[in-house]
Amino acid sequence: MATERQEGIEVEALVREFKNGPRAVDGIDLRVDAGEIYGFLGPNGAGKSTTVLMLTTLLPPTEGTARVAGFDIVKEGPHVRSSIGAALQEAALDPLLSGREHMRLQTALHGIGKPERETRGQELLERVGLSEAADRKVGGYSGGMKRRLDLALALAHGPSILFLDEPTTGLDIQSRTALWDEVGRLAAEEGVTVFLTTQYLEEADALANRVGIIDHGQIVAEGTPAALKAEIGRPTVEATPREPSERERLATVLERFGERAGASPRGAAARLEGGEAQLAEVVRALDGEGIAIEQLQLHAPSLDDVFLAKTGRSLEGAGDEAEEPEAKAVGAA
Amino acid sequence: MSSGLRTQVGQLAQRSVRRTLRQPAQIVPALVFPLFLLAVNSGGLKDVTNLPGFPTSSYLTFALAVPFMQGALFSVMNTGTDLARDIETGFLNRLALTPLRGAALLSGLLAGTVLLGLVQAVTYLSVGLIFGAELVTGVAGALVIIALSVSITVAFGSIGLFAALRTGSGEAVQSLFPVFFVFLFISAMSLPLELLQTQWFHDVAAANPVTYLLEAFRSLLFEGWDAGALALGFGIAAAVLIIGMFAASRAMKTRLVRT
Repeated sequence: MATERQEGIEVEALVREFKNGPRAVDGIDLRVDAGEIYGFLGPNGAGKSTTVLMLTTLLPPTEGTARVAGFDIVKEGPHVRSSIGAALQEAALDPLLSGREHMRLQTALHGIGKPERETRGQELLERVGLSEAADRKVGGYSGGMKRRLDLALALAHGPSILFLDEPTTGLDIQSRTALWDEVGRLAAEEGVTVFLTTQYLEEADALANRVGIIDHGQIVAEGTPAALKAEIGRPTVEATPREPSERERLATVLERFGERAGASPRGAAARLEGGEAQLAEVVRALDGEGIAIEQLQLHAPSLDDVFLAKTGRSLEGAGDEAEEPEAKAVGAA
Repeated sequence: MSSGLRTQVGQLAQRSVRRTLRQPAQIVPALVFPLFLLAVNSGGLKDVTNLPGFPTSSYLTFALAVPFMQGALFSVMNTGTDLARDIETGFLNRLALTPLRGAALLSGLLAGTVLLGLVQAVTYLSVGLIFGAELVTGVAGALVIIALSVSITVAFGSIGLFAALRTGSGEAVQSLFPVFFVFLFISAMSLPLELLQTQWFHDVAAANPVTYLLEAFRSLLFEGWDAGALALGFGIAAAVLIIGMFAASRAMKTRLVRT
């Protein structure tokens, strides 16, 4: 079973450089307190998974140090591994085994005694809502079920720190919410420290006590979601014209008040440079142009605004422009 | 072996056996393909037994050694592909996060290969005997044939493990199959070594270890107990296993880069 619950995660100047490639992780510093949920937010290829692989001891860092649960990730790998649970990017499951067989294997490999294995496995399968499907082969599970089993397996030995690498990517909203609830419960009720990487703003917003935003291997912002948004974010005004043909004209008017932002297919949006006080001016400008409005909404600042302010790009689609060699631990040979 | 290591090997062996049993697509071709070739060859080449110096009057008996080797070649592919899939899906990462030892992983993975080797050996031998092949060494000889077949299957399986760990790709492992098949063709597969008249082919076959593995089976089938042939057969299997496991262990250290 896991070593006693203690410190969280401390990272100093951590670097990972790949042969003939850029620095996937370029000197990051961070600290996650015990019992905290830390959201590591960034686009594809930003360095999130590489960081997780280093912190879980599956990839040696090129430079820098990190301590996980009080243990050095390079010198005390086995202690780190006994203190952590991890659900890495793809749910790494064997499609030919059942959920229960996965639990048996995982608990046995962690050295849990035979009598405890069944009870521990059953308890975890029940907790993630898989007791009915426990004897079915994993190949027939839905994406959400696989992710929940992945989480149960990560918890098999009662770790004090949990690493979740993009745990809800590709899941429907119902499965995503269920997983968020379980992760929140683990931190709140069991004091588990959670290091969660995500490219979903709402996930970081909903779950994390603190958020680190990573881009091109460097942390560009860190703090509580509220503080980050208050510091940098600007509200977005979104409008839908009564006549769909007026959409482009509407967008041009809104652009007078700030740069264009993502909106619904029928509407247009802009980030207000002057904050919410500009809303009245927006209404007057639209009225002055004779554009009839069906709907007008003011959105609070988001973490995407924070990302935009720090990197000059929107988080959505930012990963498409520069794919760095995201690490695969076992593929690093 | 410590109890922890025993548990690890046992659990991974169970998984390996379950996986093998749940993949009929792995088992069926490894049984059907060699038997199909046996039927074709023993029918088409039966007159070869009239050649002066041919050691048996039954070409089926002579050719029955070949399926055991072909089955072992399938084990390279099946064992290697299973491990490569674990690497590709990240399952090996999951295992790497547990206190699992590399030796336990390799040994456990070969458990499924042992099962496959056993099923193959019993099937080939039974079908051969049903269709009239000789077995001059009797029941004891049958048991030794099964033991030799399983040994060779496991030995070749270790090469599959090495290939999987080195390349991390199921496709790369499967591409080894034709390469290994060439080794079978350039051996004394169709004729005894002494009757291979073309000098270069004779020399290549004489240097090919597969020839001596075939001769070990043939000694039990129609010659009688031959300690030298058996020692050579089991010795080659042991050497391949040692080399395969050594190479696989080295590749495992590079592949499992955990600190």
